[in-house]
Amino acid sequence: MNLSGAKALMKSLECEHVDTIFGIPGGVVIPIYDELFNQEAITHYLVRHEQAAAHAADGYARATGKVGVCMATSGPGATNLVTGIATAYMDSVPLVALTGQVTTDLIGNDAFQEANITGITLPITKHSYLVHEASEIPQTIKEAFHIASTGRPGPVLVDIPKDVQTMSARFEYPKKVHLPGYQPTYEGHPGQIKRAAKAITEAHRPVIYVGGGAKISGASEEVRALAETIVAPVTMTLMGMGTLPAEHPLSLGMLGMHGTKYANYAITESDLIIAIGARFDDRVTGKIASFAPNAKIIHIDIDPAEIGKNVRVDIPIVGDVKRVLQKLIPLLKDTHTKEWMEKVQTWKREYPLEFGETGLKPQYIVREISRLCPDAVVCTEVGQHQMWAAQYFSHRHPRNFISSGGLGTMGYGFPASIGAKIGRPDETVFDLAGDGSFTMNCQELATAVAYDVQVKVAIFNNGYLGMVRQWQELFYDRRYSQTKLSEINFVKLADAFGAHGIRVDSPSEVAPAIEEALAVPKPVIIDFRIEPEECVFPMVPAGAALNEIIDAKNGG
Amino acid sequence: MKHTVSVLVQNKPGVLARTAGLFSRRGYNIESLTVGVTENEAISRMTIVVAGDDTVVEQVTKQLNKLIEVIKVSDLTKESYVDRELVLIKVTADSSNRAEIMQIVNIFRARIVDVAPKSLIIEVTGDEGKLDALISMLKQFGIKEIVRTGTLALGRGPKVIQSGKD
Repeated sequence: MNLSGAKALMKSLECEHVDTIFGIPGGVVIPIYDELFNQEAITHYLVRHEQAAAHAADGYARATGKVGVCMATSGPGATNLVTGIATAYMDSVPLVALTGQVTTDLIGNDAFQEANITGITLPITKHSYLVHEASEIPQTIKEAFHIASTGRPGPVLVDIPKDVQTMSARFEYPKKVHLPGYQPTYEGHPGQIKRAAKAITEAHRPVIYVGGGAKISGASEEVRALAETIVAPVTMTLMGMGTLPAEHPLSLGMLGMHGTKYANYAITESDLIIAIGARFDDRVTGKIASFAPNAKIIHIDIDPAEIGKNVRVDIPIVGDVKRVLQKLIPLLKDTHTKEWMEKVQTWKREYPLEFGETGLKPQYIVREISRLCPDAVVCTEVGQHQMWAAQYFSHRHPRNFISSGGLGTMGYGFPASIGAKIGRPDETVFDLAGDGSFTMNCQELATAVAYDVQVKVAIFNNGYLGMVRQWQELFYDRRYSQTKLSEINFVKLADAFGAHGIRVDSPSEVAPAIEEALAVPKPVIIDFRIEPEECVFPMVPAGAALNEIIDAKNGG
Repeated sequence: MKHTVSVLVQNKPGVLARTAGLFSRRGYNIESLTVGVTENEAISRMTIVVAGDDTVVEQVTKQLNKLIEVIKVSDLTKESYVDRELVLIKVTADSSNRAEIMQIVNIFRARIVDVAPKSLIIEVTGDEGKLDALISMLKQFGIKEIVRTGTLALGRGPKVIQSGKD
């Protein structure tokens, strides 16, 4: 069967069971969009900026576990994807980015809308392809989806020149991939697993430290089983939130820079860290020399390059964390953690997360959202509100907290929430946002309204780039250089796009506003006018040790 | 300490950019990098000399292994191996010192491949120690230009680095 490149691409996407694409057409992808016009298996969502296409595909992927797909034209279309691709790369999100390229005879000539996108994205993709012949398309798409979704997932970019889209070639979708240089390790080494079991059995003060890898691997149950078997506390990174429900008695919530005091104290006093799908990021470890100084470290991760990258590891186990834990748990015997758990519970009682009562507190708003829609999918932007969302929402489900952790991309949450809602249409999806972050991609209100994607946006509006302002307050003598934002009427903004806007100024209006937002069958923005100079606490100052954690009393 | 790392890669466009890009992005220092096809035309071999302690080289190896087109990475420094580099050296030379230079060249089993009234080009092959020694001997005459291929290396004995399942 001979097909044009564009048709072969559509067929290949169908073979990969793709039903959703986020994108914007442009000059060199018209042949692909022309094929899209003809078929019904795939719904294309026309966004208003390519960055949002990448973020929406990313949110879709994180919410569903499937591969997200975005598409853009050459040059500026492709370069606009870059931030979204980098975001997905840092958080190991399976994404396939399809870009058009100028015709093969023009490549390298600085043609109109030409950008070397495979070159530009080299350090932020798991792999990338520049397709030279239409006959290469099926194999390339097969490999792209395979690479994006297996091992440690990540973004793959496929760049397709316009003439390749129109040339004709034989179409046969391959059944297998042949990638001799890509063989991820799934099964942990049995000897190492035995060593880990021995270390766990001998430990007196173990802490389980869980990252995003546990979510990706679908290992929530195994993490819970491990914690309950050995009776050890569990702390999660921003990416790991929800792996163990926040209400679980063994949960210590988040660790690190804005983690709970008790999680950070537990790590510091621990004699055994069991790291599961986590990568010892600097926001998690604080000063590396003081991180868990007395602990042995077991590190379970599918990516061997993460092991030993930031900290010295005593027992490395390379493999899929779910499979490794399934092998590990039956080997565990009685542990001696009673005294340790008493100590941890004392910390939990003594140092709870707390906030003041004056004015409209953001922490209170998060708690109310959590109370009124406990099973909502929560997306966030980046900054103070993101930390409050992590700290005060009672996370229950692993794929219900969607946030840009590694890259820290402001403007991520809103398009990601659109993608998440499209992926899980029956669930309530909230974007918790700052006023600064939200305006970075607020043009996507048009997309949400056009496709009736009923996401609910809670803007924590303090009129500042709040996290930077907080640092300026604490470490730069309150010199608020370029962090004051001008006033925006978000209710009118919502109205202008055909969404619904609500303004909230006092605590008593919070719950009614959330209920109204849930009831209105439209995308909704709630503009919460919060205390402008509220800080995120507790906080480990940059470069300090985890136990040098400050709170509102000794920091502000 | 220097490590000589041998890397088998798929012979495809962009592989060199990916590999070299990895080094600069992660802040590793390449002393030299050579690349050429192997006995199997679909596969190229890179020989990379990298400076750093064992932890750095371990990270380099792991990061290289993550590249999809990299088939096999092996640190030759861990075993016994042969390494060679070819260098061309253009030296200032006239009738007054040409004989002396030729004597040095002979001692090092190097060759003169170009002679002009005021210069010579010397071709020499060897390991780093030999090349450094020759270059330092030639300095007194005035070295005008040097070009080096970078190090090539193979493990000793019958063992080979397999290219996987092909």
